[in-house]
Amino acid sequence: MGPSHPCTHGVLRIVLELDGEVVVNAKPDVGFLHRGDEKIAENLTYNQFVPYTDRLDYLSPLANNVAYVLAVEKLMRLQVPPRCQYIRVICCEMARVASHLVGLGAMALDLAAMTVFLYTFTERERLLSLMEKLTGARLTNSYTRVGGVARDLPNGWIAELRKFLDAFPKMIDEVDRLLTRNPIFMNRNQGVGVLPKDVAIDFGVTGPNLRGSGVEFDLRKNHPYLCYKDFEFDVPVGTKGDCYDRYLVRMEEMRQSVRILKQACDKLPDGPVNAPDLKSVLPPKEQVLTKMEQLIHHFMIVTEGPDVPLGEVYFGAENPKGELGFYIVSKGGGVPWRMKIRSPSFCTLSALPYLLKGHMIGDIAAILGSLDFVMGECDR
Amino acid sequence: MEAILIDFFKIACVMGVVLFICAYIVLVERRVCAFIQDRLGPNRVGIPLWIRKDGSAITLGGKWALGQPLMDAFKSLLKEDYVPAHVNKLYFWLAPMLAMFPALVVFAVIPFGSQLGGVPMIVADVNVGILFVFAVASLGVYGIVLAGWSSNSKYPFLGGIRSSAQLISYEICLGLSVIPLFMQVESLKLTSVVAWQTNHLWLICYPWNWLPGLIYLASSFAETNRLPFDLPEAEQELAGGYNVEYGSMKFAMFFMAEYTNMIAASALMVTLFLGGWSLPFVPVTGGVVVGLAHICIFLAKLFALLFFFIWVRWTLPRFRYDQLMELGWKVFLPLALANVLIVAGVIMVGWVK
Repeated sequence: MGPSHPCTHGVLRIVLELDGEVVVNAKPDVGFLHRGDEKIAENLTYNQFVPYTDRLDYLSPLANNVAYVLAVEKLMRLQVPPRCQYIRVICCEMARVASHLVGLGAMALDLAAMTVFLYTFTERERLLSLMEKLTGARLTNSYTRVGGVARDLPNGWIAELRKFLDAFPKMIDEVDRLLTRNPIFMNRNQGVGVLPKDVAIDFGVTGPNLRGSGVEFDLRKNHPYLCYKDFEFDVPVGTKGDCYDRYLVRMEEMRQSVRILKQACDKLPDGPVNAPDLKSVLPPKEQVLTKMEQLIHHFMIVTEGPDVPLGEVYFGAENPKGELGFYIVSKGGGVPWRMKIRSPSFCTLSALPYLLKGHMIGDIAAILGSLDFVMGECDR
Repeated sequence: MEAILIDFFKIACVMGVVLFICAYIVLVERRVCAFIQDRLGPNRVGIPLWIRKDGSAITLGGKWALGQPLMDAFKSLLKEDYVPAHVNKLYFWLAPMLAMFPALVVFAVIPFGSQLGGVPMIVADVNVGILFVFAVASLGVYGIVLAGWSSNSKYPFLGGIRSSAQLISYEICLGLSVIPLFMQVESLKLTSVVAWQTNHLWLICYPWNWLPGLIYLASSFAETNRLPFDLPEAEQELAGGYNVEYGSMKFAMFFMAEYTNMIAASALMVTLFLGGWSLPFVPVTGGVVVGLAHICIFLAKLFALLFFFIWVRWTLPRFRYDQLMELGWKVFLPLALANVLIVAGVIMVGWVK
């Protein structure tokens, strides 16, 4: 099956051994989208790599940007101002909603409920327009920089976000009515692709898929980063670990993200958006044009990269697909010596042979849809 | 001689109308699904009336894409008729025809109106009407099975297997679900079914016919390979199923067969359960106006059902193969059988006259 098949969401190839319609053996074959991102990182300054993180999980580029710069900032022991943290949280949660919308839509589409897919994409369009206003791009946002973000929020943007947040839950309810209690949908998902707790942990599955299996583990709660401590939100957890639980977890996570976003809109502090660190953050343009020292810093950051000390660091962020981790080894200077990306989709897909065994061909579509993976991130 | 000419004329009319509906129901489906999904749908292609000197055309109904079916047909005809090297040529060619043929032939016995100038509005009033319908309709499965088998390719093959199992099992439910009706009508003729309904209420109005109506409706979804039972195609699972290897007009034939089947199933449902061309307060006999009114009533009911088919397709997700079989054999079949007994009891008690 694959690498180009409607339900493999990209270029996943699965070698299937069938008995009639029942899967006897399944072997995922990944790597069709391998671009060598980790190697490319060794030749780029830290800021230059931000656009490459867009292309990891291309459904939630903003969250990838944030996860990446947080890793670099952890290595540099750089603290960003609170306004920047709030903006980043808003970015992450918007990306989460956008990504889950695709995940849900694709899952419904795999079960032939095409209308849901179009509903979720309409809503995602609204989010993408907001992102476009914020970052200048719809999909490849590249919004964050080491020590800050590319630019502050545009005027009136928060009001537009609020308008979206008020309208959005209605659409979730509509999908809820179409799918959640639909007997066909329940039959297709309940008891299908069961991933028990211990197996999920063994395979290193993270994110909504892990929580669907009943493990209450969310990096935003368990190892709070940014300013997630300031927000009230619940971590939805499944019980059985089947496709239906994963679906429910995603639905609830969208609602919780809306909750976080609303709080973030209310609490958003004023102040600078970039860390006051001349060695790593670009100074404002008017200062570059008028002041000698700022000009030199600007030149050095653009040509040599931010000043990162010797050392190594791992940072994992709770992304829509799971824990996206960056392991960076620095020998000083503006370019990493080695970078390893821990991609949640790769770990999730490693559980496929276990999940698919004994199921029917029709279930493959349901299971792949419920896992919500992205090959760009898996193959890197 | 005159009778034969009239028959030929009727056949031509019925074929023409059915194929016309078939072409335009695709457009209706696309517009309706666009409406359901908050989109615009096709809204460009009109029927070309005149081409100006500068190459632009005056078109009719472009806003409603009335020319879309025409252009789709042209496109299918002009495309390269590609036959892959690995197929079994004879069956590969035969399959689309076999799929299309039974769907069209079914219309021969469906009364689509009362009479027009003394001529009965049915192509052939066979006295084993319903048996003819099932005999011919069941041939349709050969088209799909042969397509799957002759393609010599994995997804079509799986699609073929699925359809053979699905169509055969649902045919049984379909047949059993209508038996009670003919027990009440006491004739297999479709014209007498309609005549009975003009004298009594429509058959669906009797509570003991609700269950068979439901089973018939669900089974006809399965018979026509429409969602939620479109397993032989199953875009997301089998990448299109039995018709993967087909292109151009041969694919269009399968596509049309699906819609013609849908129209046939709806027409049969209208005839059996919804009173055919009859409507309360519309006289049963009369002149040309009444005759035309009956045809319009039939078409209106037909379109209402077709709309229902489309509506369901864009709302529900798809069943799984084994769940579908379970539903057919473990739920519908016993229920339909039990219902035969119930209606037999009802007739014995004398509630139906």
